[in-house]
Amino acid sequence: MTRIRSVLALSAILAAIHSTPAATQSIVLASTTSVESSGLLAKILPQFTAKSGITVQVVAQGTGKALDTARRGDADILLIHDPEAEQQFMNEGHGGTRRQIAWNDFVIVGPSADPAHVRGSNDSVAALKAIASAKAPFVSRGDNSGTHATELRLWKIAGQTPGMPAREEWYRDIGGGMGQALNAASAMNAYTLTDRGTWLSFNNKGSLVIAVEGDPRLINRYDVIELNPQKHGDAKLAPAKVFADWLVSPEGQRAIGAYRVNGERLFNPSADVPK
Amino acid sequence: MDGFLGIVGLSVGVSLAATAIAAAVSLPLGSALAIFSFRGRRLLVVLVNAFFGLPPVVVGLILYLALSRSGPLGFLGWLFTPTAMVVAQAILAIPIMTALVHRAGERAWARYGDELICDGASRVQAIPQVLRIIRAELLTAILAGFGRTISEVGAVILVGGNIRGLTRTMTTTIALQTSQGELSLALALGAVLVGISISISATVFALAGSARTAGSDEA
Repeated sequence: MTRIRSVLALSAILAAIHSTPAATQSIVLASTTSVESSGLLAKILPQFTAKSGITVQVVAQGTGKALDTARRGDADILLIHDPEAEQQFMNEGHGGTRRQIAWNDFVIVGPSADPAHVRGSNDSVAALKAIASAKAPFVSRGDNSGTHATELRLWKIAGQTPGMPAREEWYRDIGGGMGQALNAASAMNAYTLTDRGTWLSFNNKGSLVIAVEGDPRLINRYDVIELNPQKHGDAKLAPAKVFADWLVSPEGQRAIGAYRVNGERLFNPSADVPK
Repeated sequence: MDGFLGIVGLSVGVSLAATAIAAAVSLPLGSALAIFSFRGRRLLVVLVNAFFGLPPVVVGLILYLALSRSGPLGFLGWLFTPTAMVVAQAILAIPIMTALVHRAGERAWARYGDELICDGASRVQAIPQVLRIIRAELLTAILAGFGRTISEVGAVILVGGNIRGLTRTMTTTIALQTSQGELSLALALGAVLVGISISISATVFALAGSARTAGSDEA
């Protein structure tokens, strides 16, 4: 009797945790930590779901991990920001259509005391050189994300081997998401590279301020990538396409552009801006 | 913090389901290990105790690879669902609960084993008897299992994906809010998590305590 009761209780529990509001369809979106933690998706996804009846389940990972999730067939669509890694994904034949949906920029933030004297500059490469020669603490994402890839590209232009600074004590590779990197930089009074969206919505800035901005090399573009049906026939490609089409549609672009934190726009709509 | 009750409900529901599944495995397994002697039993006991400290993130990773659409169990479609989280947590709870049941069962068997066999019960029939004798320790085992599951973050964030409204539990919400710099919200939710897990354990313990008293009154 007790056994029957516990089986009943167990099935009730299992049924309860499965009874998520049953929209007709749902897709898994592998996206970046910056898009998730900036709050953009939480804002625009309900508008999409209301219109289409499609629920979007967001798995927020660094761009490298997100691409890998899609390669394994565990996501139906991608929203990421690392042009080089994306190109490789397309070359491997995993991607179908790739479209830019928004852009913002990266900024280098650092302690207001500014030990490397880079504040106010708009030359990100010169700033990294100054940080390296001052041996001022610098936090690296170190997680193979789009932001990490951008950071490594900048170090390369600055004439530093990407691996080399890692051996030095001032270069702190934390292996974490954007918010974790900002938390670490704030705690260690370190410089770090961040996307502007996460920076604006981040709530534990401590003494951090923007040190470098406005460098064309700091442009950060977000792309939506649909999967190649030949390689990913199991993915829910049709509803994924509805979502991608919505993101680039005037309505989706308005929703992206309308998202603001403290009056500041975090993502600029860009479906038809030069790539 | 929208969907707060949903997050709490999911956490508790997933952990209860995982604990129930783990109990269904651990109670018979732990007492069988105490009662039966067979080749390899020693090794099995060592293994169970060794898995006590199974790192959740490794369990999460292996399960992630297995449940991935390109993995051997991909056809189930469980990755990034609450079901995957239940499986991960049950795997983590089973060694702890089995080891605790085994230890208590071993003591009970040493003390009452001969009597039980004299009464004409076979060793299989002795399993429920032993479980009845050690019911107080069973409660400890179940609470230990529940404690392990409700507080776990490494495995559920990997196999659940921390999807808002679907697989976001209290622990993964805390991880997320910390990463957004919302430290005070994370701390508040942490306090709730601690409160909930303490009250559930206390309630179960108190209920079982009064049940025991009632039971002995009847006897």
